Amino acid sequence: MPTVEFMGKTFTVDEDGFIDSYDNWCQEWVQWVKKEEGIEELNEEHQKIIDVLRDYYEKNGIAPMVRVLSKVTGFKLKHIYELFPSGPGKGACKMAGLPKPTGCV
Amino acid sequence: MAEELPKPEELIQIQHHSPKTDWISTPTNIRKGMYCYASNPKSVEYVGLPNAREWNPMEEDWKLPENWQEIIHQGFKERLERFRSFKVFMDICVRCGACADKCHYFIGTGDPKNMPVLRAELLRSVYRNDFTRAGRILGKLNGARPMSLDVLKEWWYYLFQCSECRRCSVFCPYGIDTAEITIMGRELLNLIGLNIDWIATPVANCYRTGNHLGIQPHAFIDMLDFFVDDIEEVTGVRVEPQFNKKGADILFITPSGDVFADPGTYTCMGYMMLFHYLQEKYGFDITWSTYASEGGNFGFFTSHETMKRLNSKMYAEAKRLGVKWILGGECGHMWRVINQYMDTMNGPADFLEEPVSPITGTKFENAKSTKMVHITEFTADLIKHGKLDLDPSRNDHLKVTYHDSCNTSRGMGIFDEPRYVIQNVCNHFYEMPANTIRENTFCCGSGAGLNAGEDMELRLTGGLPRANAVKYVHEKHGVNMLACICAIDRAALPPLMDYWVPEVNVTGVHELVANALNLAGQNDRTIDLRHEDLPGIEGESEEEADE
Repeated sequence: MPTVEFMGKTFTVDEDGFIDSYDNWCQEWVQWVKKEEGIEELNEEHQKIIDVLRDYYEKNGIAPMVRVLSKVTGFKLKHIYELFPSGPGKGACKMAGLPKPTGCV
Repeated sequence: MAEELPKPEELIQIQHHSPKTDWISTPTNIRKGMYCYASNPKSVEYVGLPNAREWNPMEEDWKLPENWQEIIHQGFKERLERFRSFKVFMDICVRCGACADKCHYFIGTGDPKNMPVLRAELLRSVYRNDFTRAGRILGKLNGARPMSLDVLKEWWYYLFQCSECRRCSVFCPYGIDTAEITIMGRELLNLIGLNIDWIATPVANCYRTGNHLGIQPHAFIDMLDFFVDDIEEVTGVRVEPQFNKKGADILFITPSGDVFADPGTYTCMGYMMLFHYLQEKYGFDITWSTYASEGGNFGFFTSHETMKRLNSKMYAEAKRLGVKWILGGECGHMWRVINQYMDTMNGPADFLEEPVSPITGTKFENAKSTKMVHITEFTADLIKHGKLDLDPSRNDHLKVTYHDSCNTSRGMGIFDEPRYVIQNVCNHFYEMPANTIRENTFCCGSGAGLNAGEDMELRLTGGLPRANAVKYVHEKHGVNMLACICAIDRAALPPLMDYWVPEVNVTGVHELVANALNLAGQNDRTIDLRHEDLPGIEGESEEEADE
């Protein structure tokens, strides 16, 4: 698997640039995805989404469905796309260190 | 990924002409956007399939076992002996070409190796070389070629550019089912660890947690609880789904995509509202299972054995709970597995009863053996007997067309039930052209495990014939909603529509049913299940007119 070196850390990632393991997540990873996503500045709303995603993942072992994320954060899907240009899956979940979902999705 | 996609006007430039060299001498070039990522070794290992390791289709070395040629040859031989159909399909093709232009991938890509006859020929050429005397003696003259690394890579590339939709088989004068050739080919590839991850990981998840997405029991209930709240917001009625209830009359199983991904989630809310209505009015007793929490079966895209293992939980759970029969949700390939394989693979389910609707008394003769009824048959029967209180005018802002899912249409002959249901819950329904629906339906372009993100160009080109037919009814009748009864469709058609016909949205049939269904004690229903204002109700129409 390819690796990424950033701010003194080395991350192993999959083909879509998701981190290999939830346990390897750290603030440097957040900064790396911020740069990759072209996000200028991380604000409280970004942080809220990351926190909700991680909290849900720790309880349930998968990412929340988009509608749950939207309801819990109070952000409409459109606003989530404004915060994370690649969207809730490829942007926000990636930053939060979650794996990408597969199946009929 | 999205930024690398060609624009529609570029993708539509399809060249349908023959290459300069004949197919056997034309090398295969594996191209980004047209293939799916290699299987994750952890997932392959989890279900004990061979040769779990990291590999990359774009690299020269695919890290195959040393004796891979022997494994393929032996596997080929065993399957020819075990499956009479496979042997017949290898022998009887006269290469008439009737199937050639029937494949959506060929129509959309112009790549001759996507002609069903040629896709099958990729295997047949090796079959002739390895298993027929004429092939052995005459070689290339007889269309035979020995297995090589290049041939293997060509197999992999094109067998994962077939969605096993079987449109080609409808036109074959010999009835050759190219999907079954793809199924065998993929099974052979799996013997040496050449699966794609969009299949391998759902398979591992399903084996571990009972569903493709890896939803654990508590999370499954949590998701349905979310829908309970949502339904209450929309209708003012609180529904109460039952889970893992021993002694319930009926077990309900649907694809996990319905509980997780939009717009399938609205279909899921539709099932829940229907069950609530029936429970209140007729004492209907149905339970969800957090163990048999997946109707789909990506094992079907891997091997017969994997399919069997994943499928077995359905009957096991029905037995454990002691239900009478099983009701199945809106899914595609799940029904192919149920209708074509389950009964002989994991059956007979003689501990279940022959399905009878507890509300109408209708006996589902077609499900006599499998004991599993498709929800559109069940709902169509309810409507036919006047058992549902429906207000189709709540769907009046929709002009609906219906996409036949390959597996429910060609795989089990469900053509009229979904149409009957739609026409009873919607006032505006328009058919796409006759050669693109029913048994001639065009695939969504993403079936058989190909609905990943990285092969989007393949999906959009393969989905072009379907999108083109939708575009036709959109332009002619103003169609703005595409209904379907398959979770892969609900996942695959939205990006396809966004790309080719952005004015059209996608829905499951039971979302339409639920929007029309009147529940006892409901509010004035000013919004639909998507929380969108219903035009014409509570003065919303003025707002609409202003826009």
